[in-house]
Amino acid sequence: MSPLEFILAGTLAAATPLMLAALGELVVERSGVLNLGVEGMMALGAAVAFIVAYQTGGHGLAFVAGAGAGMAAALVFAVPVLGFRANQVAAGLALGILAGGLSAMVGRPYESLTIRSLPKLDIPVLSDLPYVGGVLTQDIAVWATLAMAVAMAWVFRSTRLGWRIRAVGENPHAARAIGTPVLRLRLACIAFGGALAGMGGAYAATVYTPLWADGMIAGRGWIAVALVVFGTWRTGRVALGAILFGALSIGELVVQATGVRIPSQALAALPYVATIIVLAVISSNRMLTRRHSVASLGEPFDP
Amino acid sequence: MTPGATSGPASGQPEAGHPEPPRQGSQPEPGCDVPLLRLRGVSKSYGAVQANRGVDLTVMPGSIHAILGENGAGKSTLMKMIYGVEAPDAGQIEWNGAPVALTSPSEAGRLGIGMVFQHFSLFDTLTVLENVALVVPGSPRRLAARIATLGRDYGLQVDATEYVGALSVGERQRVEILRCLMQDPRLLILDEPTAVLPPQMVTRLFSTLRVLRDRGVSILFISHKLDEIRELCDAATVLRDGQVTGHADPRDTDTRSLTRMMIGRDLPPALPAEPGGAEGAVQLQLSQLDWTNPDPYAPDLRGIDLKLRGHEIVGIAGISGNGQSELCALISGETRLPTRAAGAIALRGQSVGAMGAAGRRALGLAYVPEERLGHGAVPEMTLWQNALLTAQSRGLTRRGMVDRRAALRFAQDCIAGFDVRTAGPEAEAGSLSGGNLQKFVVGREIMLAPSVLLVEQPTWGVDVAAAAEIRRRLIEMRNAGCAILVISEELDELFEICDRLHVLHDGRLSPSLVTARTTPEEVGEWMIGAGRPDAAPAGKGGGTGPARPGSSGTNADRPDTARPDSARPAPSHPDRSDPAAEGPGAGAASEGSDHAV
Repeated sequence: MSPLEFILAGTLAAATPLMLAALGELVVERSGVLNLGVEGMMALGAAVAFIVAYQTGGHGLAFVAGAGAGMAAALVFAVPVLGFRANQVAAGLALGILAGGLSAMVGRPYESLTIRSLPKLDIPVLSDLPYVGGVLTQDIAVWATLAMAVAMAWVFRSTRLGWRIRAVGENPHAARAIGTPVLRLRLACIAFGGALAGMGGAYAATVYTPLWADGMIAGRGWIAVALVVFGTWRTGRVALGAILFGALSIGELVVQATGVRIPSQALAALPYVATIIVLAVISSNRMLTRRHSVASLGEPFDP
Repeated sequence: MTPGATSGPASGQPEAGHPEPPRQGSQPEPGCDVPLLRLRGVSKSYGAVQANRGVDLTVMPGSIHAILGENGAGKSTLMKMIYGVEAPDAGQIEWNGAPVALTSPSEAGRLGIGMVFQHFSLFDTLTVLENVALVVPGSPRRLAARIATLGRDYGLQVDATEYVGALSVGERQRVEILRCLMQDPRLLILDEPTAVLPPQMVTRLFSTLRVLRDRGVSILFISHKLDEIRELCDAATVLRDGQVTGHADPRDTDTRSLTRMMIGRDLPPALPAEPGGAEGAVQLQLSQLDWTNPDPYAPDLRGIDLKLRGHEIVGIAGISGNGQSELCALISGETRLPTRAAGAIALRGQSVGAMGAAGRRALGLAYVPEERLGHGAVPEMTLWQNALLTAQSRGLTRRGMVDRRAALRFAQDCIAGFDVRTAGPEAEAGSLSGGNLQKFVVGREIMLAPSVLLVEQPTWGVDVAAAAEIRRRLIEMRNAGCAILVISEELDELFEICDRLHVLHDGRLSPSLVTARTTPEEVGEWMIGAGRPDAAPAGKGGGTGPARPGSSGTNADRPDTARPDSARPAPSHPDRSDPAAEGPGAGAASEGSDHAV
């Protein structure tokens, strides 16, 4: 397999945990809430999903458990933020640290154990094509995640639910004045975002690298938060940013394998740096950024 | 109070421009008609502040009913209770004769109550259609068709696919009204709907409201503008300090008695704004001032020329968002020009474009900003500390240390001289009412004895008596030789105090119009950009004024005239209908304007 084929084949799988978490955070931020605890929610989802997969051997159940764990953590964040109008940045950071520590604690007995991954689905004929075949041979979770991105773009673009979430994010007071239940909608968005972050962790720990190790999320949660901002709160850009990051992190492995004499730490940092630079350049168009930015982001809503 | 006979679908032709013929039966007719809405003894307080006290209100079907009162009289609170945003502490609300509990806006909407807010409840980042669909059920395609039909019927044309952020204030108001109408309301509440409109658009709005009335919709029209109420409304309830001070039929009640009910006494007579006579030296001059706005949704300033002399008050009219705040920041020095362009602003003969605010103040400029709290005064600081902020060079500091006694004296003089109602100079600025704080801020700047005074929205949110006092002080200043530039949205106010007027529209300044020789209509043309130099040859220094385009005047009132409203806050941005700019990737990821569900 040529290096390029290797990168093409691995990109989507590497992008999936990030894409799930970033799409979840996108929904949360579109509703006007900034949850910085993504890293912790992913870690907790990863640990819980790994334990369930290890005990039962079922990936479906593991994903449900991961989503549940992420959602539970998100609801812990929602109580002070929505109920008591606490500072969202502080509450999010606290949640991240809490959930990260919790993941290390529950995962300790499972440290360095491995399980089997999800099978890659072969598509007749297409999977045998050079280059394209590798891209098209993915596991079910990758396809589900991509479908989720498309569905989410559609929801925001052309459904009342999406418009309502955007309205609440832009001006919660006006949204309430026209009869939108602002806090309930935000609660639902926070829970959904937590579930997706948990699933992102679940994918990372049970499919992408089917093992549990403390700290295995390795900053993906933070990149997810950055993707949402630099992707100017648009589904397509956020998904593309995740794919870009996936490609770079696979590419970094390829470059390391070829033995180029660059310090490995510098190479390991490359995906993070490059993704942020690319997205920052893309998002430098002020007009578009303003059209899509969330006006009430981070502001507590006092009805 | 109107008998049921005249409500219901009438001719549907608006009689714009003509005063309504007095409709028969303006006396209440017991038993003839059940009131649509009736409030009995409704009270509401926020902490120690009693916003409404025992308010009684009766709205008949098919009536345009005015709620009249000053800022802070409790009008908005009352409407919030009728619309279910706030719950009354005491009292009863009846709808069609039956008591109801209005617990939420959606509950009010179900009964048939619609509300057009003063600060619209629209969302800039959604299109007109999406904004409508947030509250009106139905498929987007059907909604778009209804928007078009209703727009034609009521003179409320808007482009359903346009983003609301790109619409003018007048267009936004149309969207709000449309959205209410699509829910088939029986009662439409409009909160100060004319505050944001140029005069031409007011006429157009009134004809829309008359059509609605003729089709049986009752309207609650909240305003403090007596002329408008006397022109439009057939009943009025007057509020003062949260209490009802009278019910009247505004068509046969004169302005003076309405004023008495509203402010409790006669209006202080306006100082005759006879021109200052003496032609002073040029104190402030803007020459071809250009400025590119970093905010993409706000206009750039282009080629602004202005001369302000001593002994005169020059007003800048225009709908806010057309560059007013940018212009103020440039004149006050809060925004600086690059050094090479510094000559565009000359203060007392000196190029000051690149100079900071403190330097300009040292040259004799004083500035009263629009925002009292946080810009004109620091709410958490006491009045004497706030006095210190701009008056520190007037002997309030000694060798860099605050001279507390001098600052207290200065603040005390300001409080006494400008009739500021407060506990004293130790009171926190944030504890004063809007009008009193405004008097303090204006007084503080006047006490600096500036040679140039820049005042933004001098009487915004200030009660009638305080507003009259502030205007009187400004005229006194002018007579003493000060050069005053007033930026205001209140056209009446500008006509009352200014010697000359300019109009700011889309970052461009109209030629100078001599107040005594121009009319609100002419100024209104400039406000919506119809009098722009590219539309008509500009008048020379006032007097003649711009030629009026043929489409203005009576045509503007007819709902079937698709007259583009060009009074956009930010018109010149190419991105708003550019689908290519909406993002890369899967088609589904771009948020264009295709609303297939």
